[in-house]
Amino acid sequence: MTQNVPMINKISNSIAEALSQVRDGATVLIGGFGTAGIPNELIDGLIEQGARDLTVVNNNAGNGDTGLAALLKTGRVRKIICSFPRQADSFVFDELYRTGKIELELVPQGNLAERLRAAGAGVGAFFTPTGFGTELAKNADGSDKETRVINGKPYVLEFPIYGDVALIKAETGDRWGNLVYRKAARNFGPVMATAAKFTVATVHNIVELGTMDPESIVTPGIHVSKIVKIEHVATQAGGFKKAA
Amino acid sequence: MMTYQRRTKDELAERVARDIFDGAYVNLGIGQPTLVANHIPAGMEVVLHSENGILGMGPAPASEDEDFDLINAGKQPVTLLAGGAFFHHADSFSMMRGGHLDICVLGAFQVSATGDLANWSTGEPGSIPAVGGAMDLAIGAKQTWVMMDLLTKKGESKVVKECSYPLTGIGCVKRIYSDLATLECGPQGLKLIDKVDGLDLNHLQQLIGLPVSE
Repeated sequence: MTQNVPMINKISNSIAEALSQVRDGATVLIGGFGTAGIPNELIDGLIEQGARDLTVVNNNAGNGDTGLAALLKTGRVRKIICSFPRQADSFVFDELYRTGKIELELVPQGNLAERLRAAGAGVGAFFTPTGFGTELAKNADGSDKETRVINGKPYVLEFPIYGDVALIKAETGDRWGNLVYRKAARNFGPVMATAAKFTVATVHNIVELGTMDPESIVTPGIHVSKIVKIEHVATQAGGFKKAA
Repeated sequence: MMTYQRRTKDELAERVARDIFDGAYVNLGIGQPTLVANHIPAGMEVVLHSENGILGMGPAPASEDEDFDLINAGKQPVTLLAGGAFFHHADSFSMMRGGHLDICVLGAFQVSATGDLANWSTGEPGSIPAVGGAMDLAIGAKQTWVMMDLLTKKGESKVVKECSYPLTGIGCVKRIYSDLATLECGPQGLKLIDKVDGLDLNHLQQLIGLPVSE
């Protein structure tokens, strides 16, 4: 008798297995904003996995000495692309930056989100009004980014940020990789999932296929490669008391 | 002898709140602008937007009800009002960039008479730059208002002819709400909306060092 094996099963038994394909030199998109939506377990898994020479994309640049800050501390991150690196407790990043051990590309938060969206949506580049006439409308070499006046309004040309891997935190998923998030922990998760070739999501619940309301699925499984179930834990991320 | 009193932070927040209209979609920046929420008149419905994907943001919860998946842009726990919604970052910033928010209230280091804003960096050598959503907010809303003290601690005007600090946006500020006066800014320069009792226009112009039309 043949066993009925599901054709698509994105459920991974362990974080180590889910992250086994991360290569040296990868661009890693990491979700989260403040205490909400940071995939801490996946970041710890990436530290253990050992990939180096990474480019990391996150809104911030780590807090305290855990999570993203711990990853930075390993010296395996060559460059970080973010909107708000400076925080009261971003001392790990601050030290690396001041000693020239990490490259920073500072991007206005909305441009960061839209550059990720563009990558996922197959948009080659886009004109945005954000940052026009400011220091952030310059390239790394100090030259001006391309600009254009459209219908009398000035815009800056911005390019997509493509990820090799996205690490995100969701609330509930199924074996097709469909995801829903919890409250403001959604933040960068959905756009990062679309922008990476390989997306790993942690979830607190895995449900049977067909259980999730199709009208309410936020990230359809096409954008998700692996899901890993983790327990609810109280963390100290960002110096706050706890996270759900 | 001229005597006048500066608006306190709460009086200033109350002054800003007075100009917010019923049904407005509003983003309040981190810091002082957050206070405006406390002064929105009862009975008026204003929908607060938070850049990290919230519309219909409510006040801080009691400490035992804090939920760290429900935080504002300043990363403090908040609540969600009935009718509120969550959305992802690209949608949240599309809401700004697309001009869907009615009003955005921001703090500032400097604002020029023509409405240029500097509020993200003092440009100090060696400082670590951080911009967050400042540039997106500055140019996104239908109206960008600034809320700040008129003078620095050293007594220099924060309303200037040209910003010396790095710019956040060009010509984006419509109104300046300060502890001494409320001003409109734009291509024609500064225009007085109101000022604290006892402060005459000449003295205000001296403090700013620029003409203010009535």
